[in-house]
Amino acid sequence: MKMTQLFSHHKQIEGEIDEFLDSIIEGGLLFKKGVRFYLDGRMEEFEARLEELRRLEKQADSLRRNVESKLYLRTLIPEFRGDVLGLLEHSDAVLNIIADTLLEFSIEIPETLSDLNELHYDLAHNAIDASENMVKAIRAYFRDLSAVRDNIKQVQFSREETNRIAEKYKRDLFQRSNLRLSHKVHLRYFAHNIEHIADEAEDVCDRLAIAAIKRYI
Amino acid sequence: MEWFFLISGLFLGWSLGANDAANIFGTAVGTRMVQFKTAALVATIFVALGAVISGAGTTETLGQLGAVNAIAGSFTVALAAAVTVTGMTRMKLPVSTSQAVVGAIIGWNLFTGSQTDYGALAEIVGTWIFSPILAGIFAIVLYLLARKYIGFARIHMLQMDAWTRFGLIVTGAFGAYSLGANNIANVMGMFVYASPFSEITFGDFFSFSGTRQLFLLGAAAIGLGIYTYSYKVMTTVGNDIFKLTPLLALIVVLAKSLVLFLFASQGIERLLLSVGLPTFPLVPVSSSQAIIGAILGVALIKGREAVNFKMVGKIASGWLTTPIIAAILSFIALFFVQNVFEQEVLNKQESGSLTEYSMVEEPELSLMDQIKSSVGQSDAWYMSLDITPCSSEIK
Repeated sequence: MKMTQLFSHHKQIEGEIDEFLDSIIEGGLLFKKGVRFYLDGRMEEFEARLEELRRLEKQADSLRRNVESKLYLRTLIPEFRGDVLGLLEHSDAVLNIIADTLLEFSIEIPETLSDLNELHYDLAHNAIDASENMVKAIRAYFRDLSAVRDNIKQVQFSREETNRIAEKYKRDLFQRSNLRLSHKVHLRYFAHNIEHIADEAEDVCDRLAIAAIKRYI
Repeated sequence: MEWFFLISGLFLGWSLGANDAANIFGTAVGTRMVQFKTAALVATIFVALGAVISGAGTTETLGQLGAVNAIAGSFTVALAAAVTVTGMTRMKLPVSTSQAVVGAIIGWNLFTGSQTDYGALAEIVGTWIFSPILAGIFAIVLYLLARKYIGFARIHMLQMDAWTRFGLIVTGAFGAYSLGANNIANVMGMFVYASPFSEITFGDFFSFSGTRQLFLLGAAAIGLGIYTYSYKVMTTVGNDIFKLTPLLALIVVLAKSLVLFLFASQGIERLLLSVGLPTFPLVPVSSSQAIIGAILGVALIKGREAVNFKMVGKIASGWLTTPIIAAILSFIALFFVQNVFEQEVLNKQESGSLTEYSMVEEPELSLMDQIKSSVGQSDAWYMSLDITPCSSEIK
């Protein structure tokens, strides 16, 4: 392989990884918008965002597979390849959870409570914050190791915040005597799924912390 | 017949190529950062360039240690060194070709009763201690610089990977050049005084000395070793002392190559002399010793707990035993070659004047020799004229 080809191939894969990470950021923004529209009862706009998110998820899957096969076929970054593939797969899982959660809103149409809507939205907002900071940490892993730790700290903070809001939401929900248990359980399930986005983002960052240590020369 | 005697040197060259190319491209090929065919091509070309262009300096020092001046003697010395290297490698003992060659030459000195130049010997043995230390210092400096630069530069991991691959090939080329320049003396040095080649000239503008032809042949043997056997060594020799990443391998190879280059470059010697600085002796240093020094340098900075000190001790003990085994083998083999096969292992007529020969080019005739050649009289005739010649041949 010629030297110019070597550098251009690397640049191309670098671009594809960035594009994949952009998908996670965009997916998070679509999720927040979708939840907002759902809570406000704007179902048409909600469905449009969901459609866009599902398309984005497929695109991200294909990008990830493409990057993974190129990393293997061209034997790139041999000593970090396993870590990078693990990071890409697990961060893709975060996007999948984001898309699946929004899809469940569309399928199960949960009856949300208007007085808890802001808390519900706050929950979604913090969970997506965790995923966005996770993407920042992954980008830092590729370019600027010194920033990885700061971004991981932000993910941990967002996850803790998400857990706190989820707990508050669930306590509030189950203290209400005028609701059926099935209704309570149904809403708890949605809160739990949103909380799971932040938990998964934190799991990715736990892997990332170890991978970053290995990258220091 | 004299061509047959070169076989042992070529065998030694093959063994050097098979083993020492792994010191240059081992991690790069082992981690698949560089394809073997690229590594082998680069190594072969640059070993040959280093040997032909800059191989003379170290050969001269080796000649001072012991000027093996009969081709059967050269054959035996090279064979003793090659058998030592191969035998110790087969026993999985770390071995240095340079040390085996020096030991074998001392064996020849002892057998033939030739005087060992203890100044040259001290110079060579001194580098066995100094070169790994210097390589370690270079590796530490390069490592610290790399760590600082990478922290500042914020290069994407994939771009870093591309630059590392590029760097591994460039430093590998430099490493191969240094290996050829520094270690060709080990392979062909002992044949220089008994070279079967004569100078080739193309018109008035280009000449290719016999010594250089000899070095090119030695480099071809090294290349053959690289192509036929080094892949196995590259992929099976693990990180016995300390696990190297491709980037660390680049630093270690660069540090090692700088050391080999410093101990082989007549240009650097002239430069240092011109500014009044002390020079590096032009001595064939062991590339294995230098690379181990460099690895230890990096390992000590990164964390001592990861260093396999047991392996280091084993390697160091090999550094002590190799020259002794080679010297004994050489002595015994010379006895058999001289007394059983009735081959001349010392050219007594030439032995007195050899150390005055220039090793790089064909030896120039002294004024006395030129007079002798043109007048065509015997030594006794000159003595009757009461001329005191500088050459011991006609004393």
